[in-house]
Amino acid sequence: SVNPDLASERQTPSFSVEKLTFRLDGGAEHTRIRRAVVEAIERDPEFSRENQYFQSQNERYEAAVRKAVHLQKQMQEMGWTESGPEFKYIYRALSGDVAFLLHRIFMRSISVLGSDKQIAKWIPLATQFQLIGSYAQTELGHGTYLQGLETTAVFDITTQEFILNTPKISAMKWWPGDMGRSATHTVVFAQLYVHGKCYGVHPFIVQIRSLKDHSLCPGITAGDIGPKMNFEHVDNGYLMLQNVRVPRENMLNKFCEVQPDGTYVRQGSQKINYFTMTTVRISLIADEAIIPLKKACTIAIRYSVVRRQSKLKPGEQEVKILDYQTQQEKLLPPLAAAYAFHFLNDYLQELFDKGYREIQRKNFDTLPELHAFSSGFKAVVTQYCTSAVEICLRACGGHGYSLLSGLPSLYTKILASCIYEGENTILLLQTARFLIKCFMAASAGQPVPPSVTYLAAVKPGKCPAKNKSDFLSPDIYTEAYQHMAVRLTSSTAAKLQDLIQSGVKKHDAWNQCTVQLVQAAKAHCHYITVKNFAETVEKLETKAGIQKIMKHLCDLFALHGIFSNTGVFLHDGYISGAQMDMVTASYLDLLAVIRKDAVPLVDAFDFTDKSLNSALGSYDGQVYQRLYEWAQKSPTNKQMSPAYERYLKPLLHNTLSKL
Amino acid sequence: AAAMAMNADLRRERAAATFQPELLTHILDGGAERTRRRKEIEALVVNDPDFQHEDLNFLSRSQRYEQAIRKSSLMVMKLREYGIADPDEIYWFKSFVHRGRPEPLDLHLGMFLPTLLTQATPEQQDRFFMPAWNLEIIGTYAQTEMGHGTHLRGLETTATYDPATQEFILNSPTVTSIKWWPGGLGKTSNHAIVLAQLYTQGQCKGLHAFIVPIRQLGTHEPLPGITVGDIGPKFGYDEMDNGYLKMDNFRIPRENMLMKYAQVEPDGTYVKPLSDKLTYGTMVFIRSLIVGDSARSLSRACTIAIRYSAVRHQSELKPGEPEPQILDYQTQQYKLFPLLATAYAFHFVGAYIKDTYRRISGDINEGDLSELPELHALTAGLKAFTSWTANAGIEECRMACGGHGYSRCSGIPDIYVTFTPSCTYEGENTVMMLQTARFLVKSYTQVSSGQRVTGTVSYLNDLSRQRIQPQHVAARTVTVRINDPASLVEAYKARAARLVEAAAKNLQAELNHRKSKEDAWNRTSVDLVRASEAHCHYVVVKLFTAKLSEIGNAAVRAVMTELCLLYALYGISKNTGDFLQAGILTNAQIIQVNQHVKELLAIIRPNAVALVDAFDFHDVHLGSVLGRYDGNVYENMFEWAKKSPLNKTDVHESFHKHLKPMQAKL
Repeated sequence: SVNPDLASERQTPSFSVEKLTFRLDGGAEHTRIRRAVVEAIERDPEFSRENQYFQSQNERYEAAVRKAVHLQKQMQEMGWTESGPEFKYIYRALSGDVAFLLHRIFMRSISVLGSDKQIAKWIPLATQFQLIGSYAQTELGHGTYLQGLETTAVFDITTQEFILNTPKISAMKWWPGDMGRSATHTVVFAQLYVHGKCYGVHPFIVQIRSLKDHSLCPGITAGDIGPKMNFEHVDNGYLMLQNVRVPRENMLNKFCEVQPDGTYVRQGSQKINYFTMTTVRISLIADEAIIPLKKACTIAIRYSVVRRQSKLKPGEQEVKILDYQTQQEKLLPPLAAAYAFHFLNDYLQELFDKGYREIQRKNFDTLPELHAFSSGFKAVVTQYCTSAVEICLRACGGHGYSLLSGLPSLYTKILASCIYEGENTILLLQTARFLIKCFMAASAGQPVPPSVTYLAAVKPGKCPAKNKSDFLSPDIYTEAYQHMAVRLTSSTAAKLQDLIQSGVKKHDAWNQCTVQLVQAAKAHCHYITVKNFAETVEKLETKAGIQKIMKHLCDLFALHGIFSNTGVFLHDGYISGAQMDMVTASYLDLLAVIRKDAVPLVDAFDFTDKSLNSALGSYDGQVYQRLYEWAQKSPTNKQMSPAYERYLKPLLHNTLSKL
Repeated sequence: AAAMAMNADLRRERAAATFQPELLTHILDGGAERTRRRKEIEALVVNDPDFQHEDLNFLSRSQRYEQAIRKSSLMVMKLREYGIADPDEIYWFKSFVHRGRPEPLDLHLGMFLPTLLTQATPEQQDRFFMPAWNLEIIGTYAQTEMGHGTHLRGLETTATYDPATQEFILNSPTVTSIKWWPGGLGKTSNHAIVLAQLYTQGQCKGLHAFIVPIRQLGTHEPLPGITVGDIGPKFGYDEMDNGYLKMDNFRIPRENMLMKYAQVEPDGTYVKPLSDKLTYGTMVFIRSLIVGDSARSLSRACTIAIRYSAVRHQSELKPGEPEPQILDYQTQQYKLFPLLATAYAFHFVGAYIKDTYRRISGDINEGDLSELPELHALTAGLKAFTSWTANAGIEECRMACGGHGYSRCSGIPDIYVTFTPSCTYEGENTVMMLQTARFLVKSYTQVSSGQRVTGTVSYLNDLSRQRIQPQHVAARTVTVRINDPASLVEAYKARAARLVEAAAKNLQAELNHRKSKEDAWNRTSVDLVRASEAHCHYVVVKLFTAKLSEIGNAAVRAVMTELCLLYALYGISKNTGDFLQAGILTNAQIIQVNQHVKELLAIIRPNAVALVDAFDFHDVHLGSVLGRYDGNVYENMFEWAKKSPLNKTDVHESFHKHLKPMQAKL
């Protein structure tokens, strides 16, 4: 039965929860398919995550391999294909707890970077799992800065082979997933040398383990890089190469080729490479950042209406902790952000689908903009979601620290997203470079991509709001965000110009402005997010109360952003001190309004209990019983620890009193 | 590995420092003699083969628990063998043995024994203290329940007095009343001090403490009526058996209630304690430890991140030149140096609270409790302020180490999971901030009614003067000198005053159109927390600034002054809205502040490594491959990884179990 404290929250939602779920999924039909996939996976005991919190790194790895193998069978049985509508829900249903994700990146890189001949040779083998692939790019000494990679591939004209080497310790491949124990092959990125000349980083297919007995191939040193904060199920690996020879045909050569006589030929456009990186960044926003945030909000908000603590009024019952303003202040802005980012992601997907179609027609014009988008939003969204998941964790008091709450593993997993696929600070600086370039172009009257035309339309002036309800107008706050983004970009551009004109070298000037550049890039992304949320709300159906509640969330998201960054809005007097007090008042009023719908708003995310895997967040709210039951399953309660016989017993039995 | 030469980058960094790190270490330790003694104790532990073990990152939870128990037992014996009895020295010894991690006897040593000393009668001390001292009795302190934490009055465990048998009957009447979280309770302890609602003669007399045996001496089996176990895996604290305890009509003799203050007589008559303020003392003490711990944990993370940033080279700053140290990037400096400054600031704040507590605990014994409320309010706020900041700072340090920070070999994940619960235990941080706010509002109300207040809140007295001269605040705008720490203290003071006043006024406005005081308080609580934060921020800036004049060595004072300025100015740049809105600083000044922060980054850069060296963490204690003193990072990462459990065999068993059959089938 549902805990009455949770049941009462669901009695009078201001909107239709089911309809909102449909909207989030992109239509009732999608919801149906998603639920069917989730159901099929969750009823299969092979995919159970029940013991996840009690397993060692070794056990987690084995389970992930077992699940990946089982999944192949299951997909055949269910008739699910990689191009079918079900596919994208599978990963979500498994909560990512499965091996061979890098195998897919291996295949994708061959499809994108390989010639037709190479595709014909390798893809069928990979599809049939006759080999298991990985993708070896990052090294001990280098990550996001790819030009710095140190692995070498020297062409030997006499044998028509490349000789791959790890010339020093920092050149060792480090971190690639599936490589520590599983992979038989990997795509190695190495500096290509022909006739003593370096041609930069290129990809090579290298076999690392025997297909017969899985032992390491000659010249290969490989293994697991050891325990991490999470991803215990993935065998992130290291790889050292000593004079490993691969045939000339193993260099992926759709764009670049070394001919038998050693002639280096570049063909086609390499720009498409960037597009692969760009799409990976966009796809991780939804799976690795927004979904974990939605889960964390669901757990923390449900728990906060079950947990009662202290009294607001003497003599009355203890209060649900969600009724405390400080708790609302912690949880409701992340909830609003989860919706803001959901709609942002829809927008980005659409943009990228369009971009992809253009690129297939060999039109690369939109690439710089898409690249700036993917870098900036990957950084801003992962950063925000990571902090917000941690807030949710700490908002659950002591119980949040129990692994059984589900929150620690959500947190330790999401925080890796701030680093992989490009370290966030570096990505923001890439977006900033684009902004500065566009700002300069716009100032000189040249055309700029649509997302940044606002930089040209600098309107000096003041915020026109007269009272606190004016701040519930999307025009007012969107304008404020726009003003702030323009100001930060233009002032940084001016500073950069000043420095250069005063004789500072360009790169030094850039480094001296990077703190401001990062701020400008964030402001740009924040503005686009607010603007997109407001525009989405406008287009929502007015029926079933959905538009109204989404409007509240949009207002909250926008005003919370101003409330938390008062300085940048006050700085040039665009918002006055008196107006800032109105923002605060409006923002605090909204907390109380959204409080009433908080549980329906997380219910609409439609996570099953199994996918949350949380003693605190399940749908029925039987928090304490579940915590107690689950704790008893802990191996620490089932297995006798040798600690008692070996250490505690002698300790308790007076061995010390001799002293 | 010990024979490796020092990494050339780190050697250069150390040679270029403008001051001697040892001198700064002495200041942090409280004198050269104390540094010497600390290092002596450190050597006792580090060189003792009994305290060696495999890298904890490769052990399971159960193995980590076992190692911790083993080391704890040895530790107790060796402390006595060496005759170490001074509390600071015990603390050093213990933290070297356990390398800054929790251990299963923490609650026995830190709560069970001290509570016996302060709350047991002489008769009870005779019965329990020596056996506990000799570890025949291992105890824990069972306060938190599944349903209640910081809000103690809500605890549900009951202890009902039965005059017929002269016993207390202990019960856990609901699921939520199960004791949950106490350290050492799951597997280690055979006794617990249990906090329960006392019922006698049909009346509830509130929370009292009882000594409850939970496991059979000899067999260590749970006693009949006792259900006890481990609460399962957590975010860190692997070596600690945090436990649960459920009691069903479990009887203990009347004499097991801790009766130094409150008493229940044989017939059930309840005798009230003389004062209830006395429990404040322990709380102040423990929270002051957390402030020190915030400083130490953040210092460890900074040491790792800054040394690694000096060793790591990446990308290019200038075309054609070799890859620069990542510490040369402005964004990296901007991440790390304010945290370094914060770590120093918190060290001085921690030392200040510890000294103040020591000073006034003398007064408490004399019966003078007058300074206690302020100190209590201050430590509650500072506990929250410093632990929140350090918590975020540790994560920032980890992130600044890129991908490798995420590996457990960096040591930062461990620092983080060990530290982060301090935002919650010993008083949940938001609740702590609201306690401080209560004191601030009370002080403000006193000032408004014409009284003067003293101590750290005395700046509120100025508010009444401002009301006579409304131009006062505005007039002060131009007088803030951003190169002068003392002047910045005034700016922070003005900000705190403004936010306390705003919160108090908003509270009053709510009270004017609402009946319930509690509702009004709740609807103002976001403002109240902000006011408390501003107050604590002011106190930290003030204490850091005050410390500067005590530093004798000119070179050390110079570098500490730079850090102090960075701390203060960075705080302003992160909270410009407060300073602008209150008219404390102008737009032009804010631009100067931002500019000066960046100049300070460049000024501090040459001393960054020396500044973390001065924290003087031994490599064993630091437990980080990235943060090694000798900087030989990459070689040792490889050595470390080879020891990973997944590398025990060359071909993992799952190949034969799963991969091979699949390949055959497809």
